[in-house]
Amino acid sequence: MNSILFAVLIVGVIGLVCGIALAIASIVFAVPVDEKAEAITEMLPGANCGACGFSGCAGYAASLSSGETTNTALCNPGGSEVSKQIAEYLGIAAGEIAPMAAVVLCQGHSANASTKMEYSGVESCKMASQLFGGPKDCVYGCLGLGDCVKKCPYNAIHICDGVARINPELCKACKMCISACPKGLIELMPLHKSRAAVLCKNKDKGVLARKECKAACIGCMKCAKVCEAEAITVVQFNAHVDVDKCTGCGNCEEACPVKCIDILTLK
Amino acid sequence: MKYMIALLVMGLLTNNFVLSKFYGICSFLGVSKKLNTAVGMSAAVIVVMLMSTAVTYPINNLLMQNDLEYLQTVVFILVIAALVQLVEFILKKFMPPLYNALGIYLPLITTNCAVLGVVILNVDNGYTFWQSMVNSLGAGLGFMLAMVLFAGVRKKMEDCDVPEFLQGLPITLIAASLVSLSFLGFAGIVEGMGLM
Repeated sequence: MNSILFAVLIVGVIGLVCGIALAIASIVFAVPVDEKAEAITEMLPGANCGACGFSGCAGYAASLSSGETTNTALCNPGGSEVSKQIAEYLGIAAGEIAPMAAVVLCQGHSANASTKMEYSGVESCKMASQLFGGPKDCVYGCLGLGDCVKKCPYNAIHICDGVARINPELCKACKMCISACPKGLIELMPLHKSRAAVLCKNKDKGVLARKECKAACIGCMKCAKVCEAEAITVVQFNAHVDVDKCTGCGNCEEACPVKCIDILTLK
Repeated sequence: MKYMIALLVMGLLTNNFVLSKFYGICSFLGVSKKLNTAVGMSAAVIVVMLMSTAVTYPINNLLMQNDLEYLQTVVFILVIAALVQLVEFILKKFMPPLYNALGIYLPLITTNCAVLGVVILNVDNGYTFWQSMVNSLGAGLGFMLAMVLFAGVRKKMEDCDVPEFLQGLPITLIAASLVSLSFLGFAGIVEGMGLM
């Protein structure tokens, strides 16, 4: 009995001595913390997504508090509200964030896109795309294996019939999925505005593209000709809409023979 | 004196803690990416090893006197954890860049088996106080040697065209095993030098 008590006593005393020594050391070697940065970190969403270009929320907060950046509008997930809050706290002008959401530019679901093989490898777009560009005939299209789904911190992406679809209500425009997609199919579009989007990234010649997917852009230039705002350019047999110039008039949607242009109004 | 040198050489080369005994692999793989953080981490490990040896030696004597050897592991971990915490405070105060570079690996020295390993081995081998200190220094310097050598290997490896399936940790482990293999060449050096 005595030896047990003694053992407890020894460990207890050593622990106590260490604890007290550490408590004293923490006061002696105290480092002044940047209260401003801590407060800003509290305001940020804490997703650590890196959309601002800094290493996580704490990094952005530190650079804001030290005055390195004065742009409060870099946090996409936080949006205008967080920007305003931080600007108020720091006493500087708030930057406006145009609300955006990500869109997958592909319509290669099973009815449109044909496949060249059955893929039964690792469930990852990155892996599949290294095997002859993926199981679909079109090597530019969405593989639907969900690399973006896994990356999305807000659970906004789901695979519908072999193609990833993003719910704009849940999307915070953090750009995590954009970097995850090996095909570069995901782009940001403004919310609450009607804008044309070319839902295809196929860069093959028209004939070939048509064989690969019924909804592929064939690069016919019709949309570029009817666009009044000159927002559409066709490079490598693939049309692209400049969202800043687009007025959402819908001429291109009507003109497109393969129906790969859509006027999107994200909400 | 001869024995002290033998202890040092053994810790440094033949019984290298990382490459022959495979202690402290976590931080070895984690912090060896850059030379300066590797040196900083090794220096921190050496300091912690020496301090914990100095502190645990009298504590161990106390435990031995009271037939409480079974408490060694628990008490040693307690002491090491406190010392690591102390080193962390000091680094945070005086060397913030190194503190940031080491990141999570600094508190992980607490659970670094190299530190606990050297303390326990000192006790098991029945070293005197100064023998223990020299052995800890040798082990710490051996850790540093392994880290510095491996940082060089990894730097070279950055320019290599590594097959995709081996990129990252796999190729690092393979390289570590080769470096470890090369240390087998030091076997018998202590006996050969007539130190033992």
